Amino acid sequence: MLRVESVFKSFDEFMAVNGANLQVEKGEIVAVIGPNGAGKTTLFNLITGLLKPDRGRIIFKEEDITPLPPYEICRKGITRSFQIVNIFPRLTVFGNVQVAVLSHQRRSSNLFRSAERIAVKETREILETVGLLDKENLVAGSLSHGDQKILEIAIALGNEPELLILDEPTAGMSPEETQKTMELIKRLAKMRELTILFCEHDMEIVFSIAQRIMVMRHGRTIIQGTPEEVRSHPEVQEAYLGEEYARG
Amino acid sequence: MGDKRKPSNAVWILGIIFLFLIFIPPFAPRFFTYILGLIFVTSLVAMSLNLVVGFGGMFQFHHGVFYGVSAYATALVLTKTSLATWIGFMAGPIVATLTGLIIGWFCVRLTRLYFGMLQISLGSLLWAIVFRWYSFTGGDDGIHGIRMPSLLMSLNNSYYFILAIFILSLLLMYKILKSPFGNTLQAIRDNPQRCEAVGINVRRYQLLGILIATFFAGVAGVLFVILERSVFADLLFWVLSLEILIMCLLGGWFTFFGPILGTAIIISLRTFVGKYTEYWTLILGIILILVIFFLPEGVMGYVQEVLKPKMKEVKQEEKGIDASSGIGF
Ligand SMILES: Nc1ncnc2c1ncn2[C@@H]1O[C@H](COP(=O)(O)OP(=O)(O)O)[C@@H](O)[C@H]1O
Ligand SMILES: [Mg+2]
Repeated sequence: MLRVESVFKSFDEFMAVNGANLQVEKGEIVAVIGPNGAGKTTLFNLITGLLKPDRGRIIFKEEDITPLPPYEICRKGITRSFQIVNIFPRLTVFGNVQVAVLSHQRRSSNLFRSAERIAVKETREILETVGLLDKENLVAGSLSHGDQKILEIAIALGNEPELLILDEPTAGMSPEETQKTMELIKRLAKMRELTILFCEHDMEIVFSIAQRIMVMRHGRTIIQGTPEEVRSHPEVQEAYLGEEYARG
Repeated sequence: MGDKRKPSNAVWILGIIFLFLIFIPPFAPRFFTYILGLIFVTSLVAMSLNLVVGFGGMFQFHHGVFYGVSAYATALVLTKTSLATWIGFMAGPIVATLTGLIIGWFCVRLTRLYFGMLQISLGSLLWAIVFRWYSFTGGDDGIHGIRMPSLLMSLNNSYYFILAIFILSLLLMYKILKSPFGNTLQAIRDNPQRCEAVGINVRRYQLLGILIATFFAGVAGVLFVILERSVFADLLFWVLSLEILIMCLLGGWFTFFGPILGTAIIISLRTFVGKYTEYWTLILGIILILVIFFLPEGVMGYVQEVLKPKMKEVKQEEKGIDASSGIGF
């Protein structure tokens, strides 16, 4: 479904992504792991069009999406959440998700109908799924950090994506919140037949839900494979996972 | 629910103001009626600007140009051709919107500050053309004695016509702000990057916002001709654009009615202070600085802030901060 073919991206001389390769098949949950600064966020920015690669191609459903602007990539069926909360802080929780739903339904340019009555059912459904329905009228900026991260995911669902990309969805969450979010991600994958690509630095989480894992280091792909293959890869063991994960 | 009560209060207040405005002309001195008319016309320009500045977050620094272009288009049709009056009235908004399309098309391609700078340059170019093209626009003399149909001959009749169009325009703008487009425009103001990420072509929506704003500025341009029967190049000069911007900031640029309040304050000040001193622009600059320091959300925004604790009491049972409405009054 998604193929990243030897992609490079530098920020003045510094190679943030230095030959990354990634393959995601329909219906899979794929994780990208790697230490801080490995280039995971930059890779996601490249896939979603926020950044343009210096070299390499990104293919989605047999189509080269490398040159497309972010809004067109979204319309092809890829949406994402952000590692650092990136919502509409002045709008309500409902309004945040509705913006995405309206865009998905191509109704954002409707001038004369009252927005209060459009796309309400679809928006509420998403809020219900993620468990934010009881907070729909609150100003998004006033939510707790954990709820804002959930809202991140809810906004991304507004476009009914085929491929959902989550950049450290549990960053800064408490253990219970993390647990709940993981349940949510699994549930979404099943209920909505979503393909999910996410990155995380918590190893336990990754190995518990990812079907395949890609390991990044210094912007380079070390390996992509099943959790077992990744665990037993020598460079991964040495560089990243440490003893306990190597033993499994 | 507290927020069900609030609009009905607002409706009462608006109703009373409206009745007052209808009954005032026969009793008030001519000059007072005229100033009120001027406040309506200028408020409409300020509110149309606020659509893109306050709700759209764009640096529309030379909005007066669209107002002026419309006034000139109307004046030229009415003086240089024998076309029907209503064609002259239509010409204003159409020319303003077309100008908005051309200038806006370039501006939305730039980042915020460059957007503003390019608009000032292109706008000043238009001003220079109007100012220099003596044979066509009358240069710095302007155009005077523009004919009006008999229905709009008396000041009072003009006043009512202006009031009607003004209120109609406000209703339309309010509806647009409450529409999906209005929501999207505000979302773009708050976070354009996230908007792109949910499939919104930000530039296209910004341009649409500019078209709507310049259209209403165009409507105001026609109303100006109806009120004044003349046009002059100052309508396109940057000082006027600055004044309009200050009206929005002063009144409250995150509120719907704020610009009207700002306009009323500035026009009253200019009318009465302007009599005693020629340093009006300087005073304007000082007002701007004071507003930025002491009332960053404008007078209307400040009033809302003061009223807030009372509204919170009403909603005691509800947890957290409730957004009663995306658009404040
Ligand atoms: N816009 C940018 N400009 C300059 N350097 C950047 C930028 N974005 C990321 N980097 C650098 O690229 C490297 C990879 O960053 P990032 O992709 O955020 O890593 P990760 O998400 O894996 O922690 C980091 O060293 C970071 O400092
Ligand atoms: Mg990151």
